[in-house]
Amino acid sequence: MNTQPQILTAENRATHWVFLGPFLILALVFIVLPMLFSVVLSVMVWDPIDGFAGIHYVSLENYRFMFQDKWFWVSLYNTIWLALISGLAQHSVAIPLAYAICRWLGRYQQAVAGLFFLPYITSTVAISILATALFSTDYGLINQAIAPILHVISGTDSSQPIQWLDSPQGIKPAIAIIVFWRFVGFNTILYMAAFQAIPKEIFEVSYVDGIGSFRRFLMVAVPMIFPAILFGLTMSIIGGLQLFEEPFILTNGKGGASHAAMTVAMYMYRTAFEFNDIGTASAMAWFNFLLIAIILTLLYAIAGKRLIKNLGAT
Amino acid sequence: MTPGHRKGYAQTVVGVIIALGALVMAMPFYFLAIFATHSRTEIFSLPPPIWIGDQFWFNLTALLQKLDYFSSAFLSFYVAVLSSVLTVFVSAMSGYAFVYLDFKFKRALFVFVLSLMMLPPFLGMIPTFIIMDGLHWLDEPRALYIPAAASAFGVFLIRQYAINSISRDIIEAARMDGASEWQIFVGIFFPLMMPALSILGLISFIASWNNFSGALVVLRSSSHFTIPLALRSLLSPVNTEWGVIMVGSFLVTLPLVLIYAVFSKKIISGLTATSLK
Repeated sequence: MNTQPQILTAENRATHWVFLGPFLILALVFIVLPMLFSVVLSVMVWDPIDGFAGIHYVSLENYRFMFQDKWFWVSLYNTIWLALISGLAQHSVAIPLAYAICRWLGRYQQAVAGLFFLPYITSTVAISILATALFSTDYGLINQAIAPILHVISGTDSSQPIQWLDSPQGIKPAIAIIVFWRFVGFNTILYMAAFQAIPKEIFEVSYVDGIGSFRRFLMVAVPMIFPAILFGLTMSIIGGLQLFEEPFILTNGKGGASHAAMTVAMYMYRTAFEFNDIGTASAMAWFNFLLIAIILTLLYAIAGKRLIKNLGAT
Repeated sequence: MTPGHRKGYAQTVVGVIIALGALVMAMPFYFLAIFATHSRTEIFSLPPPIWIGDQFWFNLTALLQKLDYFSSAFLSFYVAVLSSVLTVFVSAMSGYAFVYLDFKFKRALFVFVLSLMMLPPFLGMIPTFIIMDGLHWLDEPRALYIPAAASAFGVFLIRQYAINSISRDIIEAARMDGASEWQIFVGIFFPLMMPALSILGLISFIASWNNFSGALVVLRSSSHFTIPLALRSLLSPVNTEWGVIMVGSFLVTLPLVLIYAVFSKKIISGLTATSLK
């Protein structure tokens, strides 16, 4: 009788490893190991054709090579441009949109939010293929739809159609529009959940104070969803700086005119699988990871204080 | 005149604007379906087609001639089903451990899981290729569904639902009755967690069905392409058969839209669960 509790604890000690085992083993082999492997590769030169004998340690040579590569800087600029423009557009639309849906759409809330969310779950390939047709210069639907507007703006009868996919000026906005379309609904749903979680009393106080709708939105509602905004921005930064599929498919893997749509992730892929330079490609992957880490650290250093102040106030 | 009246007016205006926005969001899906029924010359004409055409069967026949679409579809489906089943089991087991078992370093391990969620998948792209090459898994479906089962998101989702829906008392009571942890997991936890597990299964299925970059790295020869890869192979810089590729894109999107039409509430709640700590 006395020994029974001990047996139970001994059993428990092993049990949790049985339950955690499958996940931990898979995560170690397919997530952690590749990550560590990638650090090692970033300081090596390796031609895989020669097998493991072809590996040489080259210290930070790959990083130096990467920083001297003009196209790396171009791809970094493109990535940041796309992340910034599509990210800002997504959040500055999603926040007021979520607020308006919550406040004014009553029983249609779910249906409308559902439509905005739909692009998030669709195949990037199908959408990028469709976008290639929609954005085409001469007969694309988008140019045909906006032609009348362009006529009015330019004041002439025959304005040039926009070369969305064939010019360096057009390709970035085209991709930003697609990314915006895919992710604005996700952010809207996120912010709707946050607005709905605001206690009713807080709004009631603002009614008594008699402040206007717009000020109530900006001064009362938005500060209350600050944690959700921080989360949304985090997701946009991580996703945006890794942008790969949309520009890859739209530009047939090449980066488009003047490589204006080549992102770091795309350049990394090409460096590894087209130019067979696995070392430099791994250096790019790590640079990109560190960039994300630094930006997020800064974001939380600045916003974190605000967050704590906010939580303290409620 | 009255504030209520003015509010009604503003409400209508805002409602109309939002409804128009929702329409614009849905428009690409409409045109995907419409374009699938037209020939290339019709798709790129002035004005473009806005209603169903008569080329659907022609496009479909051409698609099946150009691609082994059914074997790609079967492969996509096979990988998606296995990904989803494995993700559900692996995540359920870990979720159970994190909620109902007590062990050393539980908090640290959970932080580890959370940090995995923040890792950019691109970091692993090149080494994953090398590892799969070493395992001789290139071109094998398991190169996709086995890594997919390591879903930090899944563990988090299951843990979150379990905390809120099955109290520790129920599990304790079963332990008192002499049930083993495994019996409790299979007999009590699994049935009670069905709603959350099915959400995770759906989300994993959709993610796998759409997976492009993951498949791009590990499936190298065209005879082993999933649908996203097969479709992209139809895009050619010189002579793309637009009607054909639109049918293919339409067919890969249709199941998702149908699943979404039925389960949108569940899918949305699952995908946004990570944001609500």
